[in-house]
Amino acid sequence: MSQTVHSSGEHQPDENRRDFLTLATTAVGAVGVGCALLPFVDSMNPSKDVLALASVEVNLANIPVGQAIKVMWRGKPVFIRHRTEREINEAEEVALNELVDPQTDDARVEKKEWLIVVGVCTHLGCIPMGTATGETRGDYDGWYCPCHGSHYDTSGRIRRGPAPLNLVVPEYEFLTDTSVRIG
Amino acid sequence: MSAPQWNNKVVKWVDDRLPVISMLHHSAYEYPTPKNLSYMWNFGSLAGFVLVTMILSGIFLVMNYTPHTSMAFESVERIMRDVNYGWLIRYIHMNGASMFFIVVFIHIFRGLYYGSYKAPREMLWWIGILILLAMMATAFMGYVLPWGQMSFWGATVITNLFSAFPIIGDPLVTWLWGGFSVDNPTLNRFFSLHYLMPFVILGLVVLHVWALHSVRSNNPTGVEIKTPKDSIPFHPYYTIKDLYGLGVFLIFFSAFVFFAPDYLGHPDNYIPANPLVTPPHIVPEWYFLPFYAILRSIDFTIFGIPAKLLGVLAMFASIVILFVIPWLDTSKVRSSKFRPVYKWFFWLFVIDTFILGYCGAKAPDDYFLGIPGLKVIVMGQLSTLYYFVHFLVVMPLVGKLERTKPLPASISESVLKEGANA
Repeated sequence: MSQTVHSSGEHQPDENRRDFLTLATTAVGAVGVGCALLPFVDSMNPSKDVLALASVEVNLANIPVGQAIKVMWRGKPVFIRHRTEREINEAEEVALNELVDPQTDDARVEKKEWLIVVGVCTHLGCIPMGTATGETRGDYDGWYCPCHGSHYDTSGRIRRGPAPLNLVVPEYEFLTDTSVRIG
Repeated sequence: MSAPQWNNKVVKWVDDRLPVISMLHHSAYEYPTPKNLSYMWNFGSLAGFVLVTMILSGIFLVMNYTPHTSMAFESVERIMRDVNYGWLIRYIHMNGASMFFIVVFIHIFRGLYYGSYKAPREMLWWIGILILLAMMATAFMGYVLPWGQMSFWGATVITNLFSAFPIIGDPLVTWLWGGFSVDNPTLNRFFSLHYLMPFVILGLVVLHVWALHSVRSNNPTGVEIKTPKDSIPFHPYYTIKDLYGLGVFLIFFSAFVFFAPDYLGHPDNYIPANPLVTPPHIVPEWYFLPFYAILRSIDFTIFGIPAKLLGVLAMFASIVILFVIPWLDTSKVRSSKFRPVYKWFFWLFVIDTFILGYCGAKAPDDYFLGIPGLKVIVMGQLSTLYYFVHFLVVMPLVGKLERTKPLPASISESVLKEGANA
């Protein structure tokens, strides 16, 4: 070290070369450590068997108008509601500027009478009430989350409370008129 | 401090090769300790005792626990009913977590009152905060393991906090879960990490004690040790004092373990986890309530940052802010004993954290202490405001403006003067 401190100009390139080598070695080492860590980090992501169970088929024939069911999909509930005329009208008549997370009802359903949403409150993940008959549906006839008081409407859109977003609409496809595949 | 001479040949042989005995002798025997430490200085060693208790009871619980969603709840019930003394070991572990936080919170308030975070003890203080953070992570993951309703929904709500971060939020939560909801992979990794973290804490404790022994203990006057007259050896003076405190503490601890083992928990956690039904009122364990109140009190948007993200940031900030208080506190005097103005703010801050705790336990729309018109959410917001004002405004300003009382010339002098007045 003491030599380099007193070194003349012609030693300067050596010092730069040494710094470069140190930096390059450190960088390659860091990339190597990063690559070695990646498999470990990725091992914590959903595994193949978890992903394989990612879709579910539901028979809708037994759900009368005005009622709703919960089905499990990817470990969380999906709400399927057979909406009444009145509920559909309520959902369609709301002006977009009244909504926290503006979305038309059309954009949220494939068939008007069937509303399919993930039953997980977008605030902190509780299950809103209002699916089973007799449970409170909140002030907007949809769902009500008991944890922190979010109200959802008949299209599963957030209307009041701390939740920032509408209930998520999962990917789904009608296989026949009375059966649907979610996921 | 020269190395002691060992008479025993075996001891000397070992110590010449690995001076571990000399090291223990320095740190647990002759460590010069201020002669005026009050009982407020008992809580560090108590925390160490609880840590060891938790590790030991935990190791025995693991011998009978099954980390699988279909068996976790029942394996815990089996520990309670069938395993010999399983009920005792589990109740020690369960209540030990609460005891750990009681002891550590008192330890932290002690540090705040006597200015133990001020130079040259900043590193000591930082390591302490890291220990607190590690404890919180450990306690949270441990609470999930019995797989009751509160376990499941506590895990769901807390992991969902991370979804508040823009863009990375959702993938991050999926990664934490190892799936699309809290499920078996989540339980398994929490179990693994819950076993790991106590040893991380143990490592941090070693650093904490190392830092302590290099800067020496603070004391009620906040005046440093200046001459040998100010200090006494750790053993036997403080070993005996710590042991006496331990005895008192064990009575308190045992009272919970034997007479009110479930008092600090939630009955809902004796219902097996059900991903389809959320309990009507989700509350964290008592030691998280003040932080939970801060999280919930942010129900408004600032600069377009959504309330959910702001709440999460405020909650994290409430702990992170502790890292910078050595610089936020501008006073030259350590101990609040000699700070007639700040002293009152300190106690206001203590009350504030209790109010936050109360607000965290209640539903936001309830009335505070039943006072009509005063909603819990509003009270939570006010006390959250004071929490941050205390650190960001009161500490810097009072430190500059306050006229402190005269400090004693030395620890020894203060002890003799107090003795003469008594």
